[in-house]
Amino acid sequence: MSDPVPERTSPLHAVHTELSASFTDFAGWQMPVRYTSDLAEHAAVRSAAGIFDLSHMAEILVYGTQAGEFLDFALAGRLSAIDVLQAKYSLLLTEGGGMLDDVVVYRLGETTFLVVANAGNREAACEALQSRAATFDVTVDDQSDDYALIAVQGPRSRAILEATTGISELSVPLDELKYYRAADAFFNGVPMVVARTGYTGEDGFELYLRTDAAVPLWRALSEAGEAHGLVPAGLASRDTLRLEAGMPLYGHELSTETFPVQAGLGRVVALTKEGDFVGRSAVEAGPAADARVLVGLVSEGRRAGRAGYALVSGDTEVGIVTSGALSPTLGHPIMMAYVDPALSEVGTELAVDVRGTRIPATVTTLPFYRREK
Amino acid sequence: MSDKTTLKYTPEHEWLDIDGDVATVGITDYAAEKLGDVVFVELPAVDSDLASGTVVGEIESTKSVGELFAPVNGSVAEANSAVVDDPSLVNSDPFGDGWLIKVRFTELPENLLSWDEYSALVGE
Repeated sequence: MSDPVPERTSPLHAVHTELSASFTDFAGWQMPVRYTSDLAEHAAVRSAAGIFDLSHMAEILVYGTQAGEFLDFALAGRLSAIDVLQAKYSLLLTEGGGMLDDVVVYRLGETTFLVVANAGNREAACEALQSRAATFDVTVDDQSDDYALIAVQGPRSRAILEATTGISELSVPLDELKYYRAADAFFNGVPMVVARTGYTGEDGFELYLRTDAAVPLWRALSEAGEAHGLVPAGLASRDTLRLEAGMPLYGHELSTETFPVQAGLGRVVALTKEGDFVGRSAVEAGPAADARVLVGLVSEGRRAGRAGYALVSGDTEVGIVTSGALSPTLGHPIMMAYVDPALSEVGTELAVDVRGTRIPATVTTLPFYRREK
Repeated sequence: MSDKTTLKYTPEHEWLDIDGDVATVGITDYAAEKLGDVVFVELPAVDSDLASGTVVGEIESTKSVGELFAPVNGSVAEANSAVVDDPSLVNSDPFGDGWLIKVRFTELPENLLSWDEYSALVGE
């Protein structure tokens, strides 16, 4: 047996301990899974706001005169086309057309991009970007250890940020900042990126700044949030929030063995862009015609199908659940699953094998939950 | 709420409150906290026979599924319908209103833990 990998802790670890968080190991990081109750934290994000520590996420800076062209080659999207301070969801593909990671890319300047990768894929994403950079005038710089990431998510998010002491010099006022756009700002004199992005299906912001400013920022946000019902929220609620919002999670819905089109992410691959990009020929050829596709499923009662459970039609296994939970907002079980394409139509009746009991489940449209605008 | 220090425990994080030949069984606060918010509880039917160590019920949270193991050989004298109707009782009062089943047993296993032994097991 090899020695266990030492657990990394967030720059906010002491704050979480103060708040009596329960911790979980997530991709080698010791992160808060909940502070009080998964359901209460979930509900707070839907009705007011939650504050999340996402400092385990990987921040990779890409800069140089050819940074845009490089990302067009290294990623599936056309990143050179986005504006400065615009964000874009993209994919890092393998040569074979599978998904190595899903990332959010922020253009911080004309020739500077921030690629935010999943914590569990940090090394793989960095290695892929490095190896794809060889023929470009570009630097790939893994700054994950120097960045903290705090998310404030929920309908009260903007009011909370506006009331937070210490945030100054916003390049765009928050009431004018659009979804998937970012603003430059300072917090107590420390540069910060304020992005209107998130992973909960609610309005919200993600704040990137140096690790040494993370604790004061968390405290300032918490203080401003008190009057707005802001609660600290852990990874358990983040998972049910993203599932309700129909957002895929790497390792569950996404893998190197899955093509983007199977996951409903065909639109993320810019097949119309000029020039080659890693995975292009494989994606153009596409997966086999009978390759399973991602669907949403709902069932009745309170027993949820979970990741790994089989979906059956008659006596035939026709799919597998990748994520599932009793939806806290909707009150019934929801699942994402890969199923045979012939059985992926909305309204198709299947059954999920919940530890030996077959529970009827119906294919439905994603997302399960959409906020009122 | 039962006095935690006088109960018996299993390594599967269950507690037993023994009164004559009937044991009231629940899961510990440690287990409840590890599970997170409990949203579904399935318990064995009254009068069903239980074999020690076998899975006889389920405790599901938003995050995961926990199994209820029979801690003793015996038969189910009572199942807590209140906790089936309101599974959050497992979190709010694991040693009290969140009890799960009462088992009429023939004999107690020898390997039940005391509160001190159980506390040491979960590192408290």
